[in-house]
Amino acid sequence: MVEQVMTNPGAIESGGHMLSVRDLAVEFGQDRGSVRALDGISLDLRAGRVLGVVGESGCGKSVTARAILGILDRPGRLVGGRVLLDPGTSAEQNLAALDPNGAALRAVRGGRIGLIFQEPMTALSVHYTVGNQIIEAIRAHKTLSKAAARAATVELLREVGIPRPELRIDAYPFQLSGGLRQRVGIAMALACAPDILIADEPTTALDVTTQAQILALLRRLQRDKGIALMLITHDMGVIAQMADDVAVMYLGRIVEFAPVRRLFAAPRHPYTRALLRSVPDIRAVPRARLATIGGTVPHPGARPTGCAFHPRCQEMIAGRCETTAPSPVPAGLEGASCFHAESVVQEAVV
Amino acid sequence: MLNYLARRLVLALITCAAISVLTFVIIRLPPGDFVDAYIANLASNGSMVSAEQAVAMRHEYGLDRPVVVQYALWMGRVVRGDFGVSMMWRRPVTEVIGDRLWLTMAISVSALFLTWTIALPIGIYSAVRQYSIGDYIATLLGFMGLAIPNFLLALILMYAGFRYLGLSVGGLFSSDYAQEAWSLAKFWDLMKHIPLPACVLALAGTAQLIRIMRANLLDELRKPYVVSARAKGLSELHVVLKYPVRAALNPFASSIAYLFPYLVSGSIIVSLVLGLPTVGPLLLQALVAQDMFLAGTIVLLLGIMTVIGTLISDLLLMWIEPRIRLRGRA
Repeated sequence: MVEQVMTNPGAIESGGHMLSVRDLAVEFGQDRGSVRALDGISLDLRAGRVLGVVGESGCGKSVTARAILGILDRPGRLVGGRVLLDPGTSAEQNLAALDPNGAALRAVRGGRIGLIFQEPMTALSVHYTVGNQIIEAIRAHKTLSKAAARAATVELLREVGIPRPELRIDAYPFQLSGGLRQRVGIAMALACAPDILIADEPTTALDVTTQAQILALLRRLQRDKGIALMLITHDMGVIAQMADDVAVMYLGRIVEFAPVRRLFAAPRHPYTRALLRSVPDIRAVPRARLATIGGTVPHPGARPTGCAFHPRCQEMIAGRCETTAPSPVPAGLEGASCFHAESVVQEAVV
Repeated sequence: MLNYLARRLVLALITCAAISVLTFVIIRLPPGDFVDAYIANLASNGSMVSAEQAVAMRHEYGLDRPVVVQYALWMGRVVRGDFGVSMMWRRPVTEVIGDRLWLTMAISVSALFLTWTIALPIGIYSAVRQYSIGDYIATLLGFMGLAIPNFLLALILMYAGFRYLGLSVGGLFSSDYAQEAWSLAKFWDLMKHIPLPACVLALAGTAQLIRIMRANLLDELRKPYVVSARAKGLSELHVVLKYPVRAALNPFASSIAYLFPYLVSGSIIVSLVLGLPTVGPLLLQALVAQDMFLAGTIVLLLGIMTVIGTLISDLLLMWIEPRIRLRGRA
């Protein structure tokens, strides 16, 4: 991390681009009957900033995270796009072009980009102690003696707020509470001081109090180390609390991208508005029904024609939305992929 | 943990006692006894046994005493290591079983070792490269191995070995050595004869084990901890061997309980076909002849081997599975 800041001075202040994903496309299945899980995802991770990625289950959030790291489960495969690490610098690498099992990409995994998982119980193996699993992550990237790696692991566990780390290092995951397990998961992701962190629903499996503690920890670590954090969630509350910028995903595409304040103040896409309406509000009239989004997420193999959201959209323009797809959100720019939003942008330009 | 161990040991002893009662009941279950079978056998050869002779024989073997007393007498001797005299062979049971037991174990252990060294790597490959050509070939061979009866395979291999390789097939010794005392030359002769039966016995087990390993590993490969190990930047080989394979091997520790009795009995049908001097065919003969002490000893041995196997697999699971070791329960 320290090295990174030195080779790239001012990265934190300028919010320099750490990772640029362009037109990422992922398909599942063989040639016939294959399903497009990601269809042209573009996003940027910037030093010291948090990008929130939000959407319903099955919209491709987790697939995005795995595609970036080249660890898609078969039959998933990358069919297009670029994943640029250190874009625009002399060290620029296109991760999508690297061999998924090659040494170059493995050095990035865990070394430059850390991954935090949703289920801290199942993401850790029950057969090894937490120390064993973290030490392994350290020694995969650094030549350290076992003793030195163990000392570093104790420090990591202390840093993520685990009490009595010198004892807990020899505990098995099932001997820890859910909150402590997720702290172990974070320590494991931070083992080699990556400057990019991808957190895939890190608090979904935790109860509310623990959730708040884990988010606060993530926030503190991210700010202290100037990490570029990609936070995947389906919880608009988490987005509001954590994110600087937000990408809203629907059926494998980004349908809206905006800084967090503007997204909450003036959501452009009807889907974003619907997501926001479905958040429970403490000031709501007692016993009022919580708004839901009608219908269900279509199967990616049966993507609706035109705008994929039109069957569930309350503001659908008959004769237009079901036939033509609105243009995608331009990479790195604020906007929404919706005919309504296009008119708004055009008016603003004029 | 010691508590857990002690509980297991006490349970094992109680189970052994129950097995001895059950063994005795099973042996006594068929109508008639050894003397009846002996008389019937002689009668078919044209000889006759007088009623007095029959009574004398029953008295000699203790068959005229009440069942409970017979059991008590038998157990009393067994505990002292005396398994009685085989009525059929007219020699002490320990002598009759003796050599056969070691030969059976030699064949079974080599077959088992062969099974594992062939099946586990293929199973791992088959799961990691699911639906690849290699997986399809392994699956095809695996199903063929499951479908072909062992004794048929034994016949085919015997024929092929004899016809094309000029091997001396059948039995474990050449005729020169069969009646000889143990010597280095006889041992070498045994070593030359073991591969064929070991292969036959191993192949069917291999097919089954490939399928089990493949299924276990496929379950584990989809678990999140595999993804998180990959996300650390470990090499794929390291990831697969350290995490999912480790987890997929655990069920095999429990299968040791079933393997133990097999180790001492061997496969009865294959042994008959290949003419192997193992314990399995001996049990069959003893049961047909109603040779109480011989059959009883073998059945008892099988039961106790199962108990020992279970105990060992419990200990092994405790050793390799931290959830059992640290919580003291399965």
